Amino acid sequence: MGTKVIAGNRGDRIRSDCYIELELIDSGGIQLELKSKVKKMFGSEIEDLVNKVMIFFEIENAKIYLEDSGALEYVMAARIEAAVKQLIKTKKEFLPEILSQNKTQTAKEQNRRSRLYLPGNTPKLAINAGIHKPDGIILDLEDSVAPAKKKEAAILVRNTLRAVDFYEAERMVRINQLPLGLEDLECVIPHHVNLILIPKAEEIEQIKKVNTKIDQLKKDRALNYDIWLMPIIESAKGVINSYEIAGAKNVVALAIGLEDYTADLGTQRTAKGKESFFARSQIVNASRATRIQPIDSVFSDVSDMEALAKNVQESKALGFDGMGCIHPRQIPVIHKNFAPNEDEIEKAKKIMNAFYEAEKKGLGVVAIGSKMIDPPVVKRAEKIIQQAIETGILKENWREK
Amino acid sequence: MNFTKNAVGRMIPEKINDKLVTSFQGVGKFRPQGKKHAPKIATCADYPLDGNKLVPNLKEALLKAGIKDGMTISTHHHFRNGDILAVEIFKIAQELGIKDLVWFPSASFPCQAPIIEQLENGTIHHIEGSMNGPLGKFASEGKMKGAGVLRSHGGRYQAVQDGDVKIDIAIIAAPTADPFGNANGVTGNSACGLLGFALADSQYADKVIVATDNLIPFPCIPWQIQGNYVDYVVEVDQIGIPEKIVSGTTRITKSPDRLHIAELTAKFCEEADLIKDGFSFQAGAGGTSLSIGVYFGEIMKKKGIKARFARGGSNKYLVNMLEEGLVEYILDGQTFDLDGVRSMRDNPRHQNTSPFTSYNYHGKGNFTGMVDIVILGATEVDVNFNANVVTHSDGYLLHGIGGWQNCLFGKNVILPIPLFRDRIPVIRDEVTTICGPGELIDIIVTERGIAINPRRTDLIEKMKNSSLPIKTIQELKAEAEAICGKPKVAEFEDKIIAAIKWVDGTVIDVVRQVKI
Repeated sequence: MGTKVIAGNRGDRIRSDCYIELELIDSGGIQLELKSKVKKMFGSEIEDLVNKVMIFFEIENAKIYLEDSGALEYVMAARIEAAVKQLIKTKKEFLPEILSQNKTQTAKEQNRRSRLYLPGNTPKLAINAGIHKPDGIILDLEDSVAPAKKKEAAILVRNTLRAVDFYEAERMVRINQLPLGLEDLECVIPHHVNLILIPKAEEIEQIKKVNTKIDQLKKDRALNYDIWLMPIIESAKGVINSYEIAGAKNVVALAIGLEDYTADLGTQRTAKGKESFFARSQIVNASRATRIQPIDSVFSDVSDMEALAKNVQESKALGFDGMGCIHPRQIPVIHKNFAPNEDEIEKAKKIMNAFYEAEKKGLGVVAIGSKMIDPPVVKRAEKIIQQAIETGILKENWREK
Repeated sequence: MNFTKNAVGRMIPEKINDKLVTSFQGVGKFRPQGKKHAPKIATCADYPLDGNKLVPNLKEALLKAGIKDGMTISTHHHFRNGDILAVEIFKIAQELGIKDLVWFPSASFPCQAPIIEQLENGTIHHIEGSMNGPLGKFASEGKMKGAGVLRSHGGRYQAVQDGDVKIDIAIIAAPTADPFGNANGVTGNSACGLLGFALADSQYADKVIVATDNLIPFPCIPWQIQGNYVDYVVEVDQIGIPEKIVSGTTRITKSPDRLHIAELTAKFCEEADLIKDGFSFQAGAGGTSLSIGVYFGEIMKKKGIKARFARGGSNKYLVNMLEEGLVEYILDGQTFDLDGVRSMRDNPRHQNTSPFTSYNYHGKGNFTGMVDIVILGATEVDVNFNANVVTHSDGYLLHGIGGWQNCLFGKNVILPIPLFRDRIPVIRDEVTTICGPGELIDIIVTERGIAINPRRTDLIEKMKNSSLPIKTIQELKAEAEAICGKPKVAEFEDKIIAAIKWVDGTVIDVVRQVKI
């Protein structure tokens, strides 16, 4: 008898997932025992898939117990592959078809107000994540995945990047801390991930290692799309080195993780956030100095939307462009509160009108009354107007009466 | 047996449980002739002049009522999953050696699973009522002696009135009653709100037993059930578990996906201009429906308008709206939680109703057609908007009809449902069981898009320039199948295990035994 390996999840609370036990045997072909709540509707499709994966990995004899809680095909394929790879050393990958809409790339500067964390090994949360319209989704391989599940999670995340439509959200993956994170890159880089989050970023060497690995993978596989980086600063040392990290190649945003940071400081995270004021300001400064986006930490009380709104307003006032979210209901609150408010829009309108007026007259200097307006102020006003239009607060033709 | 194809294309046998049935002929087509069924003439001289109809226990009451083989026994689901009485009654019947009873509940719940014992040993022949959970599974696997007959709440009233079902003994669990048999559901430790589902039974059954755990001296006010219809009164230790009235379906959803569907539904209603001053709505007990009610409230506050009435299933959310003045009246068919009970007892604007006022087919009209927005659920919908609420896509009978069919007569019927559940698409080429014809279903709201019934050209026109994701039902179906794959149609044995009645008493579909 061979070794029996397992992959996937089962239990009362498990949905859209499956659990597999696999054992290689000497003869008898593929012996599948299938328990599935959708057996009547998809039983033969499931059998076909199992056989296809077995043929792909050249397994002729195996005992398989598959307990299915309504897993979609890309999930089931990932689970079977994860089991196979515990028994067979192979570089082969059984890939689901990639959706054409998942081949898009993102711009260096684009809205990153909300990024929704999705535990990388929990398929039920990923399938509908895109309908909530976050600016980005994060398939997380780090803290939300148990150590024993890291490998199967990476395979699932790879398949998720190919098969799940996130409806225009930027597709991000948070890799594990290095060196394990470098293995994660091998799994996800060839599958049109848009952005990689690097946890516990403390020094520029880490970013360089990630860049080197990505460059090598891109070269080996002839990949020609951009992959951006968002390091997460989660320690005192990271805060001190943040300027250097922010300036590294491909870094488009710098995020702060306050749970780990406050622990590193030896203090508690409070609602008022005095203890992290320096770090947050430092992240904003480092980001602005390097022309990238500063991104705030997640707000963890998912039931208190009023406190979240306050937190977002404060975050915006400090200079952040976005923050993480751990529940889809946080997304609209974050978008609404990062959007420019009425006063800001009115002021920006005045400045832009003065700017257009000056342009028309061929004047080099913009002024409202006797007050001179500096170019950075105009630029900021332009950005506010643009955000207001994007969030639907202002009409595109706001200058026409 | 001969089969005929009914108006929605389903093959219907000429007999169910050896009784001739009429197959569905189309909405509003069937008009039975003659007189309504009537109970035997009673004479008050046969009843104690002092009004004391107390008997010591349920067993004695059943014996006095003349329980015997083949009788039809009715009970009600005011306690939902907290009912105690039905299980007790059939245990007594088994002890007495009675066989082949027909159980005629207004709905069954998982707490009544022990009745499977009496179904197996022949005490009960079959159930005429919605079957939930374990009972549905039992029936689906062909283990029930007779075929189940599923009716809507309105259809149950209709069947009693036109004599399709003749109740021999009705047992009414009453949270408060007096020795004469007057009873209500708004007071007492087991208060459950109203007793509307028992109204027809009290009027038409041959014998009526009221059981209570809160016996008070005459008069029991309000008398939702009038003692003048009642034969015997029994005092018992406990009648039901009021905390379990809240059966898990009556909490606002926390699922972000369902909240998203609820929000889309509310936005649709707002954009389609259905939420107007003086409008009315009905929202069910499901988590999504409850959330829609809350979103309606927000829109009403924003617009500074009120609803004239809300049709309940009342619950704390609806009661809040009543108390905040967003809703002028609740017309309540069923209380889903203890806030609903309190409000019905204390607030004259919270009116209890019976299926007679709300749904009845043999009345001279009913108010369901006056409701502007009706929110309902479904397990499946087909490309012609026909919908299923009783079976799952695997063929198992797992839900009741409730007021669902009756509510389809509302002005704008909306089904907010997920596009797929796990791997099972909700929109099918054909539904497993047709419970409601597509001509009465106007809008399907899913998390990935909203489909408007092509018959509703007015709504399609109104939503032409909407920013909401309006799609055709075929587009939605294709989207689901691209994600899930195309499911196989469930396979069945020949044996018919249940008939699905339409609101007029005709058979709209049958359910067959699942193939295992």
